[in-house]
Amino acid sequence: MAEEKNIISLQYKVNGEDFSLAGEASSNVKKILKQLGVNPEAIRRVAIAMYEGEINMVIHAKGGIAEVNITPEQIKVLLQDEGPGIADIELAMQEGYSTAPDNIRELGFGAGMGLPNMKRYSDEMKINSVVGKGTRVELIFNI
Amino acid sequence: MSQYFHSVTLNKEKCKGCTNCIKRCPTEAIRVRNGKAKIIKERCIDCGECIRVCPYHAKKAVTDPFENIYNYKYKVALPAPTLYGQFKNVWDINLILTGLKHIGFDDVFEVARAAEIVTLATKRIINSKKLQKPIISSACPAVVRLITVRFPNLVKNVIPIQSPMEVAARMVKRNISKKMGYKTEDIGVFFITPCAAKVTSSQIPIGLDTSLVDGVISMKEVYLKLVPILDKIDHVENLSCAGMIGISWANSGGESTALENEQNIAVDGIHNVIKVLEELEDEKLSDINFVEALACTGGCVGGPLTVENNFVAKNKITRMAKLISNTAVNDISNTLETVDVSWTNPITYKPILNLDNDMIKAMKKMESLEKIYNDLPGLDCGSCGAPSCRALAEDIVRGFANETDCIFKLREKVRGLAREMMELEGEMPPPFRKNEE
Ligand SMILES: Nc1ncnc2c1ncn2[C@@H]1O[C@H](COP(=O)(O)OP(=O)(O)O)[C@@H](O)[C@H]1O
Ligand code: SF4
Ligand code: SF4
Ligand SMILES: [Mg+2]
Repeated sequence: MAEEKNIISLQYKVNGEDFSLAGEASSNVKKILKQLGVNPEAIRRVAIAMYEGEINMVIHAKGGIAEVNITPEQIKVLLQDEGPGIADIELAMQEGYSTAPDNIRELGFGAGMGLPNMKRYSDEMKINSVVGKGTRVELIFNI
Repeated sequence: MSQYFHSVTLNKEKCKGCTNCIKRCPTEAIRVRNGKAKIIKERCIDCGECIRVCPYHAKKAVTDPFENIYNYKYKVALPAPTLYGQFKNVWDINLILTGLKHIGFDDVFEVARAAEIVTLATKRIINSKKLQKPIISSACPAVVRLITVRFPNLVKNVIPIQSPMEVAARMVKRNISKKMGYKTEDIGVFFITPCAAKVTSSQIPIGLDTSLVDGVISMKEVYLKLVPILDKIDHVENLSCAGMIGISWANSGGESTALENEQNIAVDGIHNVIKVLEELEDEKLSDINFVEALACTGGCVGGPLTVENNFVAKNKITRMAKLISNTAVNDISNTLETVDVSWTNPITYKPILNLDNDMIKAMKKMESLEKIYNDLPGLDCGSCGAPSCRALAEDIVRGFANETDCIFKLREKVRGLAREMMELEGEMPPPFRKNEE
């Protein structure tokens, strides 16, 4: 007998053209997690980390796809884009490191805290990136 | 008192089932069923949006009848400072306060005065650094309820201090029984309210076991009683004791400005409040120290039970506040030593938006919710009686609605049935069938 799966999969296209829309996917996910009764502390971590990932796709990669898989044990957030990729991941992970241009900084982004915060708020984080091809960030949250 | 009391209620006769209100409700608490709006009581936060938006005035705020004041030996009016902004050509607060004594009260005590004490208590809490920042004001009961049903991660940021209304009631009961020897139960304390949310919080208090407010009377009703007598008063008593700070609480920005910190913000209008709370929850506003959040546009001057246009009232309050000296706050510092203004019961998150208490079941429901939602037309037309297609999908999985409540789904189904009927009609009973062999 096939084991019954308890999994909810959500997919969002993250639009790269409009800053003001960035955060829509994470705020949707936040609403769904509340309806599922996930504990508030986990919701907070997911929402903050996912928002940073979304913003990164918008400002550094002209958009991408966000995928969220929810099971009773964990929440997995997958952010994939076909942007410029990250040459030195270790460097990018450092607090305060940012390649964001001035016009983006003027908008209040590009503090270089996105990736470090994603690491801090998630239980597991994997980044794969190929320069010229794109970036794939996987975040796992145990709930 | 049952777990849910709401001041905001529907007048069934007046309701036409027009669906205007369902989309404005910040907690999606209204559905139209059988041609009438219905408020889901677990969800309503008494913000009054539906009162403002209903073109047929079918939504109302239930307040206590004025006559209730006569159930008490010593009747004290607690006017919200918003009252001062309601009258054309009246600039003297003492005249308004004296007027309250002429319409039946034995005494008055300004809620603005109590607001100054709340300001002082708030400053102390901020300075003690005991509370997680940004600290959120607890003055507007609609906002506090909103936080308890929608923002679990912000519950601990709400400042655990009683509202100016409660503080005023506490001070009055204590002072009058001490000074005049009345028993507490003989003193009737009546708040004159700009809104429904305050009525609800007098019945189901926030942060307290019981409210000391004996009744809440609509500002509109008091206004109508005051207007004809105000210009006939020849002896104006000196009753006012609040300063500029307390009076400014009627306007959005009054409470936060009084705290004298540049990293404070004030947000008003329930939908704006939600936007800011979302950002606070996502820790996007971590450089903010204090958030004043008021459900009504412009603050309490925009309350659903006010008479004057909120923009005019705001200007009036600002000018009246300037007319008074700013000295009042200084001589209240010892009041805090004698009245306890803190909450006795911390507020808690009420997960009413959960699809199910059991997460596995909630997940199953969410799965079918997504499926149903993707199948709906996405027009958010409201004809099904739910505020959006998503809300209908939610109602369906909760077992409160059917897919065919959607007129587009219904039409699809009717079309299918019609096709089936045509096919059936073409069929003959066996004796008349042509032999197909
Ligand atoms: N999706 C991405 N595609 C390409 N580069 C990225 C992506 N995400 C992050 N980076 C690189 O990593 C750096 C650090 O990211 P982050 O810590 O989020 O800081 P910030 O976004 O403020 O620059 C970015 O400046 C950028 O160079
Ligand atoms: S008072 Fe506010 S929360 Fe309650 S039903 Fe009306 S709009 Fe909704
Ligand atoms: S803003 Fe003031 S008037 Fe409006 S609901 Fe809140 S407390 Fe009542
Ligand atoms: Mg970033």
